[in-house]
Amino acid sequence: MTKTEYQVVGTRPVRHDGADKVTGRALYGADFQMAGLLHGAILRSPHAHARIVRIDTAKALAYPGVKAVVTAADFPPAPDKLVDFGEGATPLAYVRGNVLASGKVLYRGHAVAGVAATSAHIAEEAAQLIEVEYEPLPCVLTAPEAMQPDAPILHDGLRTAELGEKAQGRSNISEHFRHILGDSKKGFAETDVVIEREFSTATVHQGYIEPHNATALWNNDGRVHIWCSTQGSFVVRDATACVLDIAQSRIRVTPMEIGGGFGGKIPVYLEPVAALLSRKTGRPVKILMTRKDVFEGTGPTPGSYIRVKIGATSDGKLVAAEAYLAYEAGAYPGAMVGPGGMCVFAAYDIPNVTIDGFDVVVNKPSTAAYRAPGATNAAFATETVIDELAEQLGIDPVEIRLRNAAKEGTRRADGPKFKRIGCVEVLEAVRGSEHYQSPLEGPNRGRGVAVGFWFNVGLPSSCTINVNADGTVNLVEGSTDIGGTRTSVAMQAAEVLGIPVEDVHPSVVDTDSVGFTAVTGGSRVTFSTGMAACEAAGDVIRQMKERAAKLWETVPDKVEAGRGSFRCNGHSATFKELAAKVGETGGPVVGRATVNPRGVGGSFSAAIADVEVDPETGKTTVLRFTSIQDAGKAIHPSYVEGQMQGGSVQGIGWGLNEEYYMSRDGMMMNSSLLDYRMPTSLDLPMIETIIVEVPNPGHPFGVRGVGEANIVPPPAALANAIYRAAGVRMRRLPMSPPAVMEAIWSK
Amino acid sequence: MAVVFIPTLLRPLSGGVDRVEASGQSVRDVIENLESLYPGMRDRLMDGGRLRPNVSVAVDGEVCPMGALEPVGPASEIHFVTAISGG
Repeated sequence: MTKTEYQVVGTRPVRHDGADKVTGRALYGADFQMAGLLHGAILRSPHAHARIVRIDTAKALAYPGVKAVVTAADFPPAPDKLVDFGEGATPLAYVRGNVLASGKVLYRGHAVAGVAATSAHIAEEAAQLIEVEYEPLPCVLTAPEAMQPDAPILHDGLRTAELGEKAQGRSNISEHFRHILGDSKKGFAETDVVIEREFSTATVHQGYIEPHNATALWNNDGRVHIWCSTQGSFVVRDATACVLDIAQSRIRVTPMEIGGGFGGKIPVYLEPVAALLSRKTGRPVKILMTRKDVFEGTGPTPGSYIRVKIGATSDGKLVAAEAYLAYEAGAYPGAMVGPGGMCVFAAYDIPNVTIDGFDVVVNKPSTAAYRAPGATNAAFATETVIDELAEQLGIDPVEIRLRNAAKEGTRRADGPKFKRIGCVEVLEAVRGSEHYQSPLEGPNRGRGVAVGFWFNVGLPSSCTINVNADGTVNLVEGSTDIGGTRTSVAMQAAEVLGIPVEDVHPSVVDTDSVGFTAVTGGSRVTFSTGMAACEAAGDVIRQMKERAAKLWETVPDKVEAGRGSFRCNGHSATFKELAAKVGETGGPVVGRATVNPRGVGGSFSAAIADVEVDPETGKTTVLRFTSIQDAGKAIHPSYVEGQMQGGSVQGIGWGLNEEYYMSRDGMMMNSSLLDYRMPTSLDLPMIETIIVEVPNPGHPFGVRGVGEANIVPPPAALANAIYRAAGVRMRRLPMSPPAVMEAIWSK
Repeated sequence: MAVVFIPTLLRPLSGGVDRVEASGQSVRDVIENLESLYPGMRDRLMDGGRLRPNVSVAVDGEVCPMGALEPVGPASEIHFVTAISGG
C-alpha cells in the first residue's frame, strides 16, 4: 500500500470544470452555433443486409431549403490501405463503408446518404425523399450462426486471418487466434473436478447520455475545422483525413465537452459526412444523432458465445482450463475478442491453458469498445464456473480465488509474466470487507462475488505548462475530459510544482494547439497524460531553478526545489515569488513534455453483490453492491470512486437488463431508452467502494488506470448471487426476469 | 541471447517448439535471426519492416511502443501479443 505523503495527490479538490458543468455553461456539440450554419440529416438503411441497386437524390435536392446531398460516391477515389486510429488496424474501405455504405448495407441503421439544409426538419424530410432501391439479402445475427459454412456472407473479400496468414475460402470469421500454455489435455487428466459450461451474452450499448454530434466547416483556404463530441480529437482528425483522402494538417478538430463515451466515441461516424456537405455548400454543417441513430448506427459492444472448461484438484488448485470465444464484430471486423482471450483466465495462475478466439462479422452495427472491451463477456463465463467449482469442492468462493490468484511473476496464457499486480490484495479486501463478513438473511436472497482484470494502456500524450506572473500556471492538454481528468492531471502537475491545484488551470484544446495525444480510452489519461503533466512540471521546475540561479548569482544545480519553494545559500523564494520575476530573468517559462510510456499497470477489480429474486416474476433486486479495485494510487479518490460506481452500474445493467432485442430480420426492436432498460439511481442502492492501492512502479505516483476493470465482474457476481437466491445457474446475459423465470421453471 | 516465445499459431513453422533463443539488438534483428531458424516466421510477424497490424511485442513483460525497433537485452523475454486498446 502507498505510504508516501503528498500535498495534493490523494486529496479531493473541486473539479476545475465544475462551475461550468453545474450551471449549464459548458459547451457541448449540440450547443455549437456559427453564422450561416446548415443542419444535416442522415438517411439510414431499413434493411439488415441488402445490395444497393440505385440511389436517386434528385427529389431531395429539389426540396426547398436543401443545399446538398452526399453519398459514398462523393468520397474521393483512394487506394485501400490498412489504417489504425488506436483501436486496431482495419482496411480504409471498412472505415469508409461504415461512414456511408457503398454497394451493400450491412445492418439496419447503416448510413447511406447525408443531407444539408437550412433547418434540421427540412434535412430530415429531404433525407426521406432520397430514393434507394435495395435488393434485400438474408441476414445473420449471431456468431455461431455466422460461422456456419452455409451462412450468408457479409464481405466477399473477407478471409480468416491467423497471425499473418489468410485462409482461402470466403468466411464471416475475420480472425482466429489461439493461446496455449502448458498442456491442457494432460492437465485435465490430473484434476478431480472438471466443469464445462456454455454461455451467451447479448449485444449491449455503452449508453452515453449525449448522442453523437459533429459540425464541420470546409473553409475557403482548404482547411477543415471540426467541432464534435469525441474521446480522441486526433483520432477524428486522422480518420477524417483518411476517409476524405486529405492531409492531416488540413484538419483541425476542436473537442467539445463530452457527455459520456465509454469507448463508443472513438470511431468517426458524422464528421466526414459533415465535412463533405460543408465542402459542397461552402457553409458550416452540423449533424446531431437521435437516440435511435445512436442505438442503430453506432457501435455497441459485441454479443458473444463462450465455452469455458476448468479443472481443479480436490484441494481447490486450478490445474487446467480451456476457453472458446466467438464474438460478434458487427458489420466490420474488430470484435475485441483478442483482449477477451487475454483476460478470460487472467485472474488465475493456471499452468495448462488453451484459448481459442474468433472475430465474427454479423448484420448488426459495427461494434466499438466498451470499458474493458471483451473482458466482461469472458469474465461472466469464467467467474461463474469458478463459483460452481468452489461450491462442488466445498470451498469459500473468495478462498478458492485467493488460492489460485495471479501475482507478480504469474505467466499469462498469452505469454508474458505479470509485473506487480494487486489481484491478491483486491481479493483480501473482499474477504476482509464489512460487506462480505456481514450476514445476508431472508428468503430468496443470495450473495455472489467475482473478480475481473483489465490491462489498461499507455499510448502517447502531450502537455504544456505556461507559468503566469501571478504564480499560477496554465496546463494545456489534448485528452478530452470524460471522468474528471482535467483535475486528476492538474493535481499531478500541482504536486510536482508544489503549488495548490487551484493554481493550475487546465485546458483541453484543439489538435492545432497541443502535441499528439491518443484517445481518452484504455484507462490511460490519469496514467499517461498525468505522466506528461509530471514531466512538463519537471521541465518548469528545471527552468525556474535556472531563473533562481540568475537572481542569486549561482548555478542551477545548487538551487534546491521542493514543496513549492526554491532555496540556495540563504536565499529562498516561493514558486509564486519566483514566477513574478520570470520577465526580468529571461522571459516566459514554458514546460513541455510528450510521453509514450511503458510501465502500464493493469488493474484488478472485484464485486460483491447481494440480490433478492422474486420467485413469481424473476425480477432481481440488487440489495447491496460493493466494488473493490486496485487503483495503484488514487490521485483523486472521489473520481476513482466515481469510476468504480459508474462501471459497476453499467455492469449491473449489462447483467440484468440491457439487450439489443432483435427481430429475425435484424431490426432492433427497443431502440429508445424507454425500451432499452438501463438501470437508474432509482433501481439501485448506493454502490459502495473500496479502493485498494498497490502502487504501479511504472508511474511517478503509482497510478493504474481505473476506468474499465470495474465493469468486468458485476454480471458474474450477480449470476452467482442469483444462484444462491433462486437456485439457478444463469449462463445467458441479460439475466432479465423472463430469463430467470425460464431457468426457475427448468429446474 | 533473448528467449523468443513462439506464438501458438506459428508453432507449425517451428516444428512445435514453443520457445527458442535468438540473438539481436532489436526486435527486428531477433525476428531476422528467427527467420534463419524457421523460414516463414518473418512474414507472419512483419510487413515491410514493421510489425504486422494488430501485432504488438512485449519485451520482458512490457508492451513496447517502438515495436520492431524496440531494443532487446541479452536475457530478454520476447512475446508477440494482441494489440490492446480499450474503452
